[in-house]
Amino acid sequence: MSVIDQMKGLTFLDRPNSYIGRSVPRPNAKRLVQGRGTYVDDLRMPRLAHVAFLRSPYAHARIRGLATSAAKAAPGVIMVATGADIAKVCTPWVGVLTHFKGLKSAPQYAVAIERACWAGEAICAVVANSRAEAEDAIALIEADLEPLPVTVDMETALDPGTPIIHAELGDNLAFERTLDVGDVDGAFRDAAAVVENTFSVGRHTGVTLEPRSIIADWNEGEEKLTVYHSFQAPHMMQDIVCKHLGLPEASVRVVCKDVGGSFGIKVHIYPDEMATVALAKILKRPVKFIADRLESFVSDIHARDHRVKAKMAVSAEGEILAIEMDDLTGIGPYSVYPRTSAVEANQVVNLTGGPYKHQNYRARARVVFQNKVPMCQYRAVGHPIAVMVTEGLVDQAAAAIGMDPAEIRRRNVIRDDAHPSIAASGIKFEKLSHQQSLEKLLTMMDYDGLRKEQAELRAKGIYRGIGLAAFIEITNPSAAFYGVGGARISAQDGCTLRLNPQGGVIAAIGVTEQGQGTESVIAQVVATAVGVPMSDVRVVTGDTDATPYGGGTWACRAAGIGGEAAWQSGKALRANILEVAAVILQSTPDALDVREGKIVDKATGVERMTLAELGRVAYFRPDTLPADLKPEFVVTRHYVPKDYPFAFTNGMQASYLEVDTDTGFVKLLKHWCVEDCGTVLNPQLVDEQIRGGIVQGIGAALFEHCRYDSQGQMLNGSMADYLVPMSSEMPDMEVGHVVTPTASSELGAKGAGEAGTAGAPAAVINAINDALRPFNAHVSVQPARPEEILRALGKV
Amino acid sequence: MKAPVFAYAKPASLAEVFDCLDGGEGVRLLAGGQSLIPSLNMRLSAPTVLVDINHVSALRGISEAGGVVRIGAMTRHHELATSALIASLLPLIAKAVPHIAHQAIRNRGTIGGSLALADPSTELPACCLALDATIIAANRKGERRIAARDFFLGIYETALAPDDILIAVEFPLPGEDAICGFDELARRHGDYAIVGLAAQGVRKGQTWSSLKLTFFGAGDRPLLAEAAAQAVVFGKGIGAAQAALEDALSPSDDGECSAKTKMHLARVLLGRVVETMESGT
Amino acid sequence: MTPAAETHTISLIVNGERVTRAVAARMHLVDFLREQLDLTGSHLGCEHGVCGACTVQVDGIAVRGCLMLAVQADGATVVTIEGLTDSGVLADVQEAFLQRNALQCGFCTPGMLTTIAELLTVDPDPSRDTIRDAISGNYCRCTGYHAIVDAVQNVVVARRTKEAAE
Repeated sequence: MSVIDQMKGLTFLDRPNSYIGRSVPRPNAKRLVQGRGTYVDDLRMPRLAHVAFLRSPYAHARIRGLATSAAKAAPGVIMVATGADIAKVCTPWVGVLTHFKGLKSAPQYAVAIERACWAGEAICAVVANSRAEAEDAIALIEADLEPLPVTVDMETALDPGTPIIHAELGDNLAFERTLDVGDVDGAFRDAAAVVENTFSVGRHTGVTLEPRSIIADWNEGEEKLTVYHSFQAPHMMQDIVCKHLGLPEASVRVVCKDVGGSFGIKVHIYPDEMATVALAKILKRPVKFIADRLESFVSDIHARDHRVKAKMAVSAEGEILAIEMDDLTGIGPYSVYPRTSAVEANQVVNLTGGPYKHQNYRARARVVFQNKVPMCQYRAVGHPIAVMVTEGLVDQAAAAIGMDPAEIRRRNVIRDDAHPSIAASGIKFEKLSHQQSLEKLLTMMDYDGLRKEQAELRAKGIYRGIGLAAFIEITNPSAAFYGVGGARISAQDGCTLRLNPQGGVIAAIGVTEQGQGTESVIAQVVATAVGVPMSDVRVVTGDTDATPYGGGTWACRAAGIGGEAAWQSGKALRANILEVAAVILQSTPDALDVREGKIVDKATGVERMTLAELGRVAYFRPDTLPADLKPEFVVTRHYVPKDYPFAFTNGMQASYLEVDTDTGFVKLLKHWCVEDCGTVLNPQLVDEQIRGGIVQGIGAALFEHCRYDSQGQMLNGSMADYLVPMSSEMPDMEVGHVVTPTASSELGAKGAGEAGTAGAPAAVINAINDALRPFNAHVSVQPARPEEILRALGKV
Repeated sequence: MKAPVFAYAKPASLAEVFDCLDGGEGVRLLAGGQSLIPSLNMRLSAPTVLVDINHVSALRGISEAGGVVRIGAMTRHHELATSALIASLLPLIAKAVPHIAHQAIRNRGTIGGSLALADPSTELPACCLALDATIIAANRKGERRIAARDFFLGIYETALAPDDILIAVEFPLPGEDAICGFDELARRHGDYAIVGLAAQGVRKGQTWSSLKLTFFGAGDRPLLAEAAAQAVVFGKGIGAAQAALEDALSPSDDGECSAKTKMHLARVLLGRVVETMESGT
Repeated sequence: MTPAAETHTISLIVNGERVTRAVAARMHLVDFLREQLDLTGSHLGCEHGVCGACTVQVDGIAVRGCLMLAVQADGATVVTIEGLTDSGVLADVQEAFLQRNALQCGFCTPGMLTTIAELLTVDPDPSRDTIRDAISGNYCRCTGYHAIVDAVQNVVVARRTKEAAE
C-alpha cells in the first residue's frame, strides 16, 4: 500500500508526527522536580513590602474602633490601613449574577469597615518590611469589637427570630430555585417502592499546598499595576482590578507563573488580595500577601455544606420513576464575587438523577447566609452532592426490590444510542456512554469475582463492600455559565502562534497551568497541527500582556476549549507555512506537508526543505521572495463552544473497601473509574487528573470537615486538625476510558479534571453501606467518620 | 505565621543549662522542637529565651547497666527505632515509636521532649507507665528521680519544677517471660491516636503473673487500667476486663470523636492487644 | 556556650558552599534558606510541621525545615533540592517522576523527593505499602499519591536491574 493510500481516510489526529493521544511527559515539569519553579513567593523584587491582616476573632461583630498607634510605631511598619483607608482606592462589590433570578448579596469591602461577618474576616491591614514585623505589629492593635448575635446553623437560618445578617436584604435567603417536571406525585403513588434519606455533605476546603499568594506592584512612573498572582483566571482578575480600582485596562497586567494547586480555590476574588492590590497602589511599591496556613483555613473559600432530603420511586422491575429532593446549603455571609455562591446549589438541582432516564423530577434548593467562612465553587462544583444523593438512592432502591446494584443501573442509565437527549432537569446531552462505561467498569473490576469474594469473607466475619456510582460532569462551559449573567469572565479562548526563524513555534494561550498539564497538552496539539517536534514548541500562559484574551483554567475547559483554539491556530499557521514554501519550492501547498519540522513532499514524505531554511528566507532574505508574497507566520484563532451550553462527560466509579465493624475504621482496598472525556489528548495526564480527583473525593467522603461551634468559630483550622488525605490510607486506582468525542470541536476533547471528585464520594459511601448491609446499618453523612459508622452499627 | 521575637542560647553543659534556667519565667528549653516550634510559629507561646539543649552531650545515649536501660533525654525517636538495645530489651518502645508522627519528625523529636511536654495522647508517656520507668530530673541542687506514675499530672503538666531539666529516663529490664503489646487507633498514619494502649506483662505458658495496661488519649494523662489488668491476670475474661475500663479511663469529647466512642474503642483495643499477647503473635 | 541573644551569626555549609550570615533567633531554617540564600526550592506549606513541603536534609537526615531554627543549623551541613539536583544523587528519581507524571503543581515535589531520597537510603527495596508509609508525612493535593508510589517503584526496579547488570 502506498503512503498516499495509507493517508486516505486519516484525520489530522493520525498525522505522521501526531502527539495527540500519546503520554508524552510534561516539558514544564522538569524545572519543578529540580525546585526551580517560580511560585509567587519565589519572586524577588526591590522595595518589597509585606502585608498581614488582623482578622476578626468573632463570627459577627461591630467594629467600634481600632487603636493603631502602637502598631504604627512598631519596628519595620510602613503603614497600618483600616477598611476605610482601603475603600478610598478600592470600591466594594456584590456577588450576584442576573441569570440567577432573585440571587442577592450585600456589598463586601476588601477590609471590613463597620462589621465583621465571619471569624477570619480581615478588619485591619499592616504593611511592614517583613511578614514577621507585620505580625508583631498586628499583635499591638487594640480592636474594640462588639460581638453581635450570630447565625450559624443553616437549618435555622430562615426561621423567624434568627438574626438577619444583612438587615437591608430582609432575610437570610440568598437564592432559591425550584423545579417540577412531569408527574412526580403520580409516580410516587404508583411506585412499587419508595426510598428516602437525608444526605449530609460537610463543609470542606481546598487546602492547596501553595497558599493563596499575590504580589501587587504599582509603578507610578509607568502608571502601571503589575499583579503576580497564584490564580486560575488572569484576565478575569485584570478586569476586576480595573473596575474596583478605577484603572484602564492598559494599566493593569496580571501574571500567573507557577501555581501550587488551585482546584477552584484560586478563581475567586478575595478581599485580602484586593486589599493587597489597593495597598500597592497607595504605597507605590510592591506589596506581598502570602496567606499562612492558619488564615487559609478561615479565608480561603469553603465548599459544599449541603443537607439534602431526597426520595426515589422505583417500579418492581427496577425502573426509576421519579426523584424528589430538597437541598439546603449555607454559604457564609456573602455570595462570593464574581461567580457567586449560588452555582453549587444550582448544579445540585441540575445534576441530581442526571445519568438516568426518568422524567419525573421535583427539586428545591435554598441557599442561606450564615456567619461562617464564605462558600463558593471548588473542584466538581455540586457534582459530589448530586451523585451521592442519586447513587445513594439508587442503591437503596435496589435493596428495596432485591436487585443487584449493577443491574439496577444497567436498566436505568440513558442508553448510549438515545442521544442527543435531555435530562429531567433540562440539561442537554450531546452524546454519553453510560452503558459502555458500566460494562467496562464491571469487567475491569471483575464485579462478579468481587461479589463472590465478598460473600466468602462475610462468612468469616470480614465485612467488605462494593460501591458503584454513575456520574456526569459539566465541562467546556459556554457563555451560558457566567457571561449571560453579567460576569465578565471569558467563555472563549484564543491561541497565538509564531513561527521563529529557527523553526520553533511560540504558542501564547489564554488558558492557564496549575499542574494539570495544560502547557503540555497545548504543545502536543500545536506540534501535531503545525508539524513540528514537540520540543520545538514553547507555550506561554498566564500573562494578560502576552496571551490572547481568555478565561483561564476552570470547569475543565483548558483541553477542550484551549486545545481547540490551539488546534485551529496550528492548522492556520501550517497553511501559511505551506503557502510560502510552495512558492520557494515551485510546488503547490496541496502537494506539500510539514512533518517533524520539515517541509516534505506530501505523497512520498521526502524532505524538501527545513522550517529553519524557510525561516531564514522569510525573516532574513525576504528580498528573494516574490513581491506579492507576504509570509504571515503569526496567526491567532479563537474558539468557544456554541452548540451546547456545556459538553457533558460521563463515567462510572467503583470502590472496594473493608469496614472494621468494631472500630468503624474503613480500609480502602481499590478504586476504579471509567470515564469518557471524548478524545484523549494525553492518556497519562487524563489518568492522573482522575486519580488526583478521586483522592480529593475520598478526602471529602472520609476525612475532611470544617467543624464549627455554635458561635461560628472554626474548631479545626490547622493541618494537624483538618484531615487531608495522606498516602497511607489511599488506595491504588485503576482508570479506564470510553471515547465519545464531542462534535462541537474538531479535536473532540471534553474535560476530565473533576470527574474523579464528582463520583468518588458516592462510590465510597455506597461501598461502606454495602459492607454494613448484614447489620441493617446505613450512613449518609460525609465525612463518614468511624464514629458515624459505629453509631449506625448501634455500637456507640 | 512567624514566631515572635525571642533570644536564643546554646549551652554546652548541664551547668550552663542551669545558668540559663536562672533567667526566670520566660525561659524555655528547646529539645527536638517538633512540638515547641509549631507553637512558636503559631504564636501560641512566647518565651523570652529559648535554651537549646541539643548540644549537651550528657543528655544523649542509650545504655544498659545493672538491670536498667537508661535513655538520655535528647535521644531522638529515630535512635530509639533503630537501636538494637531497645529492640531486644524494651520491645514495647520499639513497637510504639513507628506510630509517632513521620520519619522527618522522628529524626528530630526526642524522648525527653515528649515526656516533658506530657501530651496525653502520645505514645512514650504511656510506655513509661507500662514499663514502670523512672524519670530523672536535675537542677542546680542535684538530681531527682520521679516514678513515671507520679510524673504525669495532667494535660501538658508534669512533676518537673520550673528550674528542672529532664535529663534521662530509666527502665527496669522487663525480665524473663516478659511480653508486651501495643496498638493505637489513629485516623491517618502518624496522627495523634484517638486512643491507644501500651501493655507490658509477664506470662509463662498460659499463666499471667503481671500485667500493666496503659491507655493514652483516654484522659488528661496516660492512665493505668489496673482493675482491667487484674481481670486479665486472674483469667476473669476479656469482657470483665473491658467492663473495668469504665472507672479507669476518662476520655473527653472532641470534634472528631466523642468520649463515649473513645471508651468503646478503648475496650476494642484492650481485647485486641490482650488477644495478641496471649496468642503470642 | 552561646549566650542568649536575639540575633546570631551562623556559619554552615549549604549545598556544598560555606555561608555565614546573621540571623534572627526566631527565623526558622526554611525562611533562612529562602529569604537569605534565595534557595526557593524548599517550600512553606503549613509552617507547623504537618505538610512536609519544607523537608530538607540537615547533616544527612531529612527534617522539617519549619521546625528547626536557622540558628540551630550553625555548623551543620544542609542540602536542599537544589543541592540534591546538582549532585545528581536524585537524578533517576526525578526522571521517574517526570516519566510517570508523579507531580502536578510541583509544590510538594522538593519535600517529597527529599523524603524519598532518605527512604531509598534506608530501604533500597521498599514495598508499595512501605513507600506509602514513608511519604505519609508529605501532603500532595494533586496526584492522589498513586503515581508517586509508581515512580518510586520504577526507580527501585531500575536500580536493581542496573546493579544486577554491573
